[in-house]
Amino acid sequence: MSVPLDPVRYVAKNMRLDLTLIADMIAPGSRVLDIGCGDGELIDHLFRTRGCDARGIEIDMAEVTRAVAHGLPVMHGDADNDLSQYPDAAFDYVVLSRTLQAVERPREVLRQMLRIGERAIVSFPNFGHWLVRWQLLRSGRMPMTSVWSRPWHETPNIHPCTIRDFFALCADEGYAVEKWLAVDEAGRRAPWRRFSGLANLFGEQGLFQLRKA
Amino acid sequence: MDLPDVPEVAHQHAVLPGGLTLDCGQTLNRLTVAYRTYGALNAGRTNAILICHALTGDQYVAEQHPVTGRDGWWDMVVGPGKPIDTNRYFVICSNVLGGCMGSTGPRSARDDTGLPDPPRWGVDFPTITIRDMVRAQKRLIEQLGIARLFAVIGGSMGGMQVLEWASTYPESVFAAVPIACAAHHSAQNIAFNEVGRQAIFADPDWHGGRYWEQGLIPARGLAVARMVAHITYLSEQALTRKFGRRVRGAQALAPFGDMFEVESYLRHQGSSFVRRFDAASYLTITRATDYFDLAEEHGGTLAAAFAKTRTRFCVISFSSDWLYPTPESRTIARALNAAAANVSFVEIASDKGHDAFLLDEPDFHRTLAGFLRGCAEHAGLPG
Repeated sequence: MSVPLDPVRYVAKNMRLDLTLIADMIAPGSRVLDIGCGDGELIDHLFRTRGCDARGIEIDMAEVTRAVAHGLPVMHGDADNDLSQYPDAAFDYVVLSRTLQAVERPREVLRQMLRIGERAIVSFPNFGHWLVRWQLLRSGRMPMTSVWSRPWHETPNIHPCTIRDFFALCADEGYAVEKWLAVDEAGRRAPWRRFSGLANLFGEQGLFQLRKA
Repeated sequence: MDLPDVPEVAHQHAVLPGGLTLDCGQTLNRLTVAYRTYGALNAGRTNAILICHALTGDQYVAEQHPVTGRDGWWDMVVGPGKPIDTNRYFVICSNVLGGCMGSTGPRSARDDTGLPDPPRWGVDFPTITIRDMVRAQKRLIEQLGIARLFAVIGGSMGGMQVLEWASTYPESVFAAVPIACAAHHSAQNIAFNEVGRQAIFADPDWHGGRYWEQGLIPARGLAVARMVAHITYLSEQALTRKFGRRVRGAQALAPFGDMFEVESYLRHQGSSFVRRFDAASYLTITRATDYFDLAEEHGGTLAAAFAKTRTRFCVISFSSDWLYPTPESRTIARALNAAAANVSFVEIASDKGHDAFLLDEPDFHRTLAGFLRGCAEHAGLPG
């Protein structure tokens, strides 16, 4: 039996937009850990275009298999259980995109990220978006939007938060917010970045770069 | 049982000068390593892959076996255009130290008697470890003129050798693929091995370990050892799928004949095994696997075995393997993380049990091929 030789992918042209925004935050040649890396799109991009030593952790075994079969260094694991064994400052950046709301202990995960990495890059869907607020107010039921698309009893998103909540957590934990953006679902930059109150109302996702203050 | 000894076959081999000092403190004055190679070594000597075989495997990876006449044990994985592509890589596999396919082992003549026609080592063969096996392989690799292996790959006991290679000779291993293995033998692993050994000792033809002097082999004991071990290589689903509770026709009347199909299958596994494997080798090698504890070799911390490693690892387990279950591989992957190593870790979904690494598992083959392709890119190997 012979194995079809998939060409190693070159994804820079059609990468998810929010991943492109994240990639833009990362300095060339950095050591990067992408938690919840899926099939490794971001780490492949970082290796090919920025010469990064990028690695991934992914919880979905089918995605892990796909990533490794593409020659990418990805291991099966998850944010809650697989960060504690890394040594301190093993990475320049630790990325957690669209996953914070689904982990069991978000506060601990952030602590681990900033222990094993110099900087953390975190994106999450914003529960403070106006449509979410309006739906809850109008119908009195859990909101269902394109971002929050599954019923409350089936959602993996057990820790939703708003952009303001996240700012508050960073203040509590003593994290410096070096950069932040509000973006729409497709990952386009939203224009409210100077005003966090507006961003919290109109941004569908928050994207933050943190370091220990 | 009147069965001939494992046939003497001339195996390709290297005699490595200087002998080998073992972990137990004894020295083997004569070290022979039998091996096979496939593909061609490139001019820079950078494309060599060492395959480490499992407990009862041998160096005949991808060709007809000279004793059994069967296809190579990893024919599906090694060859032109296959996951370990012999058009691209120079593949080496050697018979382990202590084995019975041409490398120094219990069937070899003693080297410490000074007699012109020395007897076999038999059960007096020194105790060996997985690290001793790896040291013997390193000597072979040096003799072949290879300073650094592009990859070391192996499943089961072969995976233990891979871990030992990466730990003992980190500068000589660019990529390491330990498959379906563990960093130490569990009490359960040792227990199953012990049942096999006791079956051999209980065979009247064992003759206190001097069976060949009587022209005998402890065939019944060795066959039972193989039958027990074989059960651990398969999952319950695989046994059910293959045999279920099906009975064989005519013999079904005899109460202890091979009534169920699974019984006749195991008996066949046992009786064919004794034609190709030596009982003293089986004892020596199972003992080496029992002694294996990589963390113990490094002060009790597995991560210390891989401190500062630059090797790229791909740890692979199979979901239905209960001999070396996935948590064992996860322990290895986490220790590698703790050493800040570059590690991929995949559990392949399979219902075939431990033996899945020898079988047709497309996801496994894709993973292996992709990992090697990625490493070749990082190593700058020409495509």
